[in-house]
Amino acid sequence: MANYIEEPKVDISKFKAVNNSFRKKDALALTSGKPVYTDDIASKDALIVKLLHSPHAHALIEDIDVSRALMVPGIECALTYKDVPDKRFTIACQAYPEPSNYDRLILDRRVRFVGDPVAIVAGEDEKAVDKALKLIKVKYEVLDAVLDFRKSKDNEILVHPEDGIKTNPFFPEQIKRNIVFYGETEYGDVNEEFSNCDYVLERTYHTVQNNQTPMEPFTTFANLDPYGRITIVSSTQTPFHVRRIIANALDIPKSQVRVVKPRIGGGFGAKQSSVSEMYPAIVTLKTGKPSKIFYSRTECFSVGSPRHEMEMTVKIGSTKDGKIRAMELHTLSNTGAYNEHGSTTVGLTATKSLSLYGRIPAQKFSFDVVYTNKVPSGAYRGFGATQGVFAIESIIDELASEMKFDPVKLRELNLLTPGEAVFMYENKPVNTCNLDKCIAKAKDLIGWDSKYPRKDMGNAKVRSVGLAMAMQGSGIANIDVAGVEIRLSDHGFYHMNVGAADIGTGSDTILSQIACESLGCTMDDIVVSGVDTDVSPYDAGAYASSTTYITGMAVVKTCEKITDQILTQSARMLGVSKDILEFDGKKIFTIKGADSEYKELSLFDLAAQTGSGSVDMISASESHFSEYSPPPFMVGAVEIEIDKTTGKVDIIDYVGVLDCGTPINPNLVRIQAEGGIAQGIGMALWEDVQFNAKGKLLNDSFMSYKIPSRLDIRNVRIYLEPTYEPTGPFGAKSVGELVINTPCPALANAIANATGVRLRELPMTSEKIMMALLCTQ
Amino acid sequence: MEVKITVNGRPLKREISPDLMLIDFLRNNGYTSVKRGCETSNCGLCTVHLNGIPVLSCSTLALRADGHNVTTLEGMQEKAKEIGGFIADEGAEQCGYCSPGFIMNIIAMENEWKSENKTSASEHEILSYLSGNLCRCTGYMGHLRALKKYFASQGIEITPKLEYTDDYTGKVK
Repeated sequence: MANYIEEPKVDISKFKAVNNSFRKKDALALTSGKPVYTDDIASKDALIVKLLHSPHAHALIEDIDVSRALMVPGIECALTYKDVPDKRFTIACQAYPEPSNYDRLILDRRVRFVGDPVAIVAGEDEKAVDKALKLIKVKYEVLDAVLDFRKSKDNEILVHPEDGIKTNPFFPEQIKRNIVFYGETEYGDVNEEFSNCDYVLERTYHTVQNNQTPMEPFTTFANLDPYGRITIVSSTQTPFHVRRIIANALDIPKSQVRVVKPRIGGGFGAKQSSVSEMYPAIVTLKTGKPSKIFYSRTECFSVGSPRHEMEMTVKIGSTKDGKIRAMELHTLSNTGAYNEHGSTTVGLTATKSLSLYGRIPAQKFSFDVVYTNKVPSGAYRGFGATQGVFAIESIIDELASEMKFDPVKLRELNLLTPGEAVFMYENKPVNTCNLDKCIAKAKDLIGWDSKYPRKDMGNAKVRSVGLAMAMQGSGIANIDVAGVEIRLSDHGFYHMNVGAADIGTGSDTILSQIACESLGCTMDDIVVSGVDTDVSPYDAGAYASSTTYITGMAVVKTCEKITDQILTQSARMLGVSKDILEFDGKKIFTIKGADSEYKELSLFDLAAQTGSGSVDMISASESHFSEYSPPPFMVGAVEIEIDKTTGKVDIIDYVGVLDCGTPINPNLVRIQAEGGIAQGIGMALWEDVQFNAKGKLLNDSFMSYKIPSRLDIRNVRIYLEPTYEPTGPFGAKSVGELVINTPCPALANAIANATGVRLRELPMTSEKIMMALLCTQ
Repeated sequence: MEVKITVNGRPLKREISPDLMLIDFLRNNGYTSVKRGCETSNCGLCTVHLNGIPVLSCSTLALRADGHNVTTLEGMQEKAKEIGGFIADEGAEQCGYCSPGFIMNIIAMENEWKSENKTSASEHEILSYLSGNLCRCTGYMGHLRALKKYFASQGIEITPKLEYTDDYTGKVK
């Protein structure tokens, strides 16, 4: 168990490399359009791979005939369920053993959602493949489907009636009840505490299957290496997990798979599921030829890996002086047709929301995760926390409104504080937390005191403000591992090989900054590379807000070893004891006051000798793992203007105040925060997900799924209230996911403050606001 | 059928199918800065110039470019470096996948403004012109900061002026 470590007083302005806004090392290659993404570097002769998708939400393939498809000139293969290994696996990219059910085949005789792949066709060009797809004859036995996740548990229609699904954790028998995972946890006695409350409120909130929409669609290129092994170049956040998943899917040894990550066009969690890799992999395995798949945007929506739809029922009770006594949350989560990240996202609805109020006397959390015949969900930035924070930070305002209490004061009275154990956060104390300062700053910047709750502008327009808090983790405690290798070259610069996947966030640059700070060198002295699973040290991947915190510490530890070796080898060259040597990044020299005469050696001269054999090569590798996942915190405050005749919401100002520990690169922290807030605003107001009665997704393009454009996001401001996290690299925590969590509740609260209308279902479109307004009039 | 399309000043004679889209023609010929992000002409990733005018190459037939000049970012490397530098100084390229189409549209906007001898423009003009270039990473604020600085360097003032604020205190510097 990690114990509380008091925040040290560190002046972060003294740092030379960290807490500095360096340009991303790959910035100019990206902005000048160099060929660095998967589809740019796939070989030109790669077979084009496409999928035939099921038109039914639930069906059995009675007969499938590909003979006519194979007659199309240029077609290389057309694979069906008869051609793939009959061994189930998961595409959830998680550390082994994955807490996701092994419930997939590459192709299955039973199709479980509209879009579930039915056949894989590969050919010389897109036209031939498109033609062949149309010539595949499939006879389906159409079955009834479970589409409403509220009716899935114990439904007589089973999404997975098959036997032998490997599960972790536990409960294999529950699959025959459409249940993936369930449970409950409690501290204190919530019922007892509720009975002592002056106010008790219970409300239900609903969030939908939002899509991440990274601008680069799912893309994978597969080829055989000279040894006959499968080499995958793919747009992934998790090269090492993809290696395992592809080996499982193809039922071949893991040593026969190599995964290379080039530059990635965004992920946001979508690419933490191995969505596209298995299809070209099996084509290349079967044909011996290179092949590639490039998903259409429609496929990214209809067969991607969106956010889990959730319904959260919250009960909260307070005494009239604003002391919250108890909170109870039940989450029902819809994992869709397959369980990818279903068992793990659900927990964050509580651990990253109830923990904000971690010191109240009693909390209870219970949950059910169920299968349905809908698009399988996966990881999306925030990973359950976003949904949970929407529910909890909404009900806090609802309770305050019921009590006629100031909603910000209600928060301040019940905030978690550093040093106190937080039950829902593995019962560990939080080392660093600046939430109180974040609240004060956000209130000040948005002008809360003069604007709360609303101002009628005349002209049917109302302005109002809303506020919400949020937290996340920094890596997964006791699970995430990251490795780093550093070598001193014979010319005195360093080569740093990381397994961490830079998916556009700039983590290669951030890790280089941490190395620079540790070694006292310049950014140009660090050559960073990754990821190639044949060469790079293991890293769990770009997820769970882990790279800066976990991989960053692996960099610090590796640099300590490198420094030690530099001193050891210098001592040999200088003929002095290592104890009297110091290294300042450029030279190694004897410390003042040492008995022997002053001696020094430049790093360049030392490095040159490693190439000529008189001293040993200098190279080190370290890994890091943490028993503690320090939460970064944030307060979001928004000012909106609502047109009461149309329900249109305009964002006048959005202020995000963050405690993410030391910002290793303040520019990149700010961009993460602005980008996360923009995504959160899209989720809150516009990004709708609707299915027709037969389970077909209707919002499957940018025409019908509206993500924010630059006309929608014009006034987002970011400020930092950094703490210094003692367990992180130079005081850093995380930032990547945290930042998507405040817009949904902050906007719901602002809309309620403006209109009196409380929306508990996302997205809060103008139509919904208008309908609710009409109902209240 | 045979077409002759001049790409970045280099004439290409190619046998193509009449339904080939310009994006595929360009990518097949090695101009991979042209990115694909959707099928509905919404994302702006595939923006190139046809006789100097920005077009979405995903919804322009290659045939339409027969006998005409097409410019991709490969043909505008100096400009890409210059504008890209301003974006990079904000960390606002992030994944970079939308950058080529975005920068092609910025160049088109700048060329229009310069041909009109414009010395000032409003923030809204920038946002409207570029609203068809989607980005999912940055939330657009960094782009706007970069563009205000870039156009100032080009003698075009964008109003309202950029407020340089301190990340820690929020104070205007």
